[in-house]
Amino acid sequence: MTDKALSGLKVLEWADFIAGPYCGKLLADLGAEVIKIEKPGVGDESRQRGPFPAHIPHPEKSGLFLYLNSNKLGITLNVDTATGRKIFKELLKTTDILIEDHTPAAMEKLGLDYPNLQKVNPALIMVSITAFGQTGPYRDYKGYAINASALGGQSVCAGEPGREPLTPPLCLGHYQSGAAGATAAMAALFARELSGKGQQIDISEAQVWATLHTGNQESSFIMHGMKRMRWGHRTPGVYPYTILPCKDGFMSMIAIQGYQWKKFLELMGDGQVPEWYSSDPRFQDRREISLKYADEMDSRLAPWLMSHTKRETYQLCLEKRIPFAPVRNMEEVVNDEHLKVREYFVELDHPAAGKLKYPGAPGKLSETAWKIERPAPLLGQHNEEVYCQRLGYAKEELAKLRMGGIL
Amino acid sequence: MSAAKQYPLQGLRVINFGWVFAGPYLATMLGDLGAEVIKVETRSRIDSMRLSPDNLDRDPDRDPWFHSGVRNQLSVTLDMAQPQAIPVLKNLIKISDIVIENFSPKVMKEHGLDYQSLVKVNPGIIMISLPATGHYGPLRDAQTYGPSLTGLAGIDNMVGYSGERVLGLQQAYADVNSALHGAFTVLAALYYRKRTGKGQFIDMAQLEAVISIAGEAVMEYTMNGNVLGTQGNCYPTMCPHNNYRCQGDDKWVSIGIKTEDEWQCFCEAIGNPPWTKDEKFADKYSRLRNQEELDRLITEWTAAHTYYEVTEILQRFGVAAAPCLDTEGRFFDPHLQERRTYLEVEHPLTGVDFIANSAWRLSDNPTEIRSRSPLLGEHNSYVFKELLGMSDEEIARLEAEKVIY
Repeated sequence: MTDKALSGLKVLEWADFIAGPYCGKLLADLGAEVIKIEKPGVGDESRQRGPFPAHIPHPEKSGLFLYLNSNKLGITLNVDTATGRKIFKELLKTTDILIEDHTPAAMEKLGLDYPNLQKVNPALIMVSITAFGQTGPYRDYKGYAINASALGGQSVCAGEPGREPLTPPLCLGHYQSGAAGATAAMAALFARELSGKGQQIDISEAQVWATLHTGNQESSFIMHGMKRMRWGHRTPGVYPYTILPCKDGFMSMIAIQGYQWKKFLELMGDGQVPEWYSSDPRFQDRREISLKYADEMDSRLAPWLMSHTKRETYQLCLEKRIPFAPVRNMEEVVNDEHLKVREYFVELDHPAAGKLKYPGAPGKLSETAWKIERPAPLLGQHNEEVYCQRLGYAKEELAKLRMGGIL
Repeated sequence: MSAAKQYPLQGLRVINFGWVFAGPYLATMLGDLGAEVIKVETRSRIDSMRLSPDNLDRDPDRDPWFHSGVRNQLSVTLDMAQPQAIPVLKNLIKISDIVIENFSPKVMKEHGLDYQSLVKVNPGIIMISLPATGHYGPLRDAQTYGPSLTGLAGIDNMVGYSGERVLGLQQAYADVNSALHGAFTVLAALYYRKRTGKGQFIDMAQLEAVISIAGEAVMEYTMNGNVLGTQGNCYPTMCPHNNYRCQGDDKWVSIGIKTEDEWQCFCEAIGNPPWTKDEKFADKYSRLRNQEELDRLITEWTAAHTYYEVTEILQRFGVAAAPCLDTEGRFFDPHLQERRTYLEVEHPLTGVDFIANSAWRLSDNPTEIRSRSPLLGEHNSYVFKELLGMSDEEIARLEAEKVIY
């Protein structure tokens, strides 16, 4: 069976960097045909981002680009030109899902807003992913990942009290908004089966943060006046909910249930809860500890933690069923035995970057494979296949379009 | 209202065995899109989403987190540890499309509710499991809370001020992330089923779904053997790129500048103070090298304004900026308000709740909250009598035997 979950689905991706391309990747990896449009000459911004082998920048060897764009066909097209827009609309005629990431004002200026595109293809589903969304006073504001996580309330949750809030690393919000776009696109496909009509999906990265990740805080705020802030390496409410240093790194230590915490205390005390703990009335309520004595507890745990490595501690925790985990770096993650057994990482050969290990499937499906069948496209690699074989342009015409700055 | 628009997943039925909290979040996403979601729960082991730390009343029907995270779902109380519950559950699954669970891997099998058993009852069923580390592999039975999974997956190692100790994300990011990837994957499986009639089983290890969003750091290692430590607010292709102190108590504004053009606009927006002409900041390379000094100088300007003033001034000049909003700030933000980010929803016990709306807007279909979070067992009668056609006597017997409980 070569059938895939999304076989037959046609996607056009006119989006840069991470959010839109991750949305396209999720669809492509489950079998949709994704044609990626890049700016002639320079290509997707992530081509400039890296990481690059041996740190030597090369637009065909950027790790971020290679990861996000495998399984896609790549074409170049300058949609800022009138001819470019004409070709863009030709492509849209056979497209089920368009992914784009321009501000509403920019799309209107180009005449490529949804009402206009729907005239070209009434069944078109258009996934618009921007920092602030298609409506509201900030809709045309410029926004990067750091701005979306700020407005969406994620940033104020990480960092130390009094110091600057920390935006999540690696532009994580872009991935969340890409995944939200892919999910909503699937829903729109089902809606289309009933109505025969496409529609526009409005994804605001700030809103993805503000609803999925931080949204529950609003209920506590209204019900009890509670506000979530940043508290450094721990979260108050229960102790331990913390990250503490050990001999060779850090351990993530959370025990919501009392018996879990007791097991760790016994581990430290060679089978018995240490006397300094059991005899101290201040330590009997773990909420109190988290609010008043967390620093003191941290230093009480330090001698044991600092004499054990991450690996030793994790092994002991696994044996005793204590839910602590090591804070691993990518070397430890990529070489993890568990992930090896599950064949999570996949090796892929790319004509310019060579053989490399990539992250694999976010989920394993029993009937329809998640599979990478082709590495990320070279800039304009599939121009001929798409323009000549599908749209019927002659090869000589392609050359002219190239010289005219259209391709 | 005959003109009422249909929800995109109308007609789809989901059985949600999930608890705190990847499973319930995934179920809510499908509920937001219009599926009928039935949450199976029991008083014998109350879902800790109903007794979260913010639940000051310690009443499972008054939990702010549950009210927000588990709306658009119905609740039945059925204790699956009781053998008599199993045939009832199988009858329910027979008339359903999707099953969600996020127990540790052995639980569903122990109760005869694993995919192999369910597919005999309903060949088209789509089942998704969201265990911490997956259904097989040496770490299969590892116990983990969501916030530790970002540690195990290599993300937390990058969260902290540059060059300082690891702080970590301090939240169950992994749960939300796998719920989102799970919702997408379930719908892809449904798309496949519509074409072929075939259901399937999805093993979504939360650990793996998290690594999938860290591709950049993975590639950094697989290409160069490089390991990324705490990143602070630095991003290698942007500078300035930070959160800056503003007027007021603990108020900050985010500013991000990528291109030379944006830098010029920024200098103009803040009135071209002399230091902006300094060679130290003449190009992105220099700015990245002198980032600390640059941030200090920028703070001199931002600290004299509110975070909204900074945002408005910079955006007028085409520079990306936005306030770092906290819980209260988001509630009153005009943009989030206009986009109906938080909705007022009536609740019989709390009067009114403010609930985070769905994460997406569809131009042609509603995806908003249509039913508040359920009371424990609120829909027993609908499910057992109307859907399953069970008799009053049978229901009373199962209640007496604490199967329905």
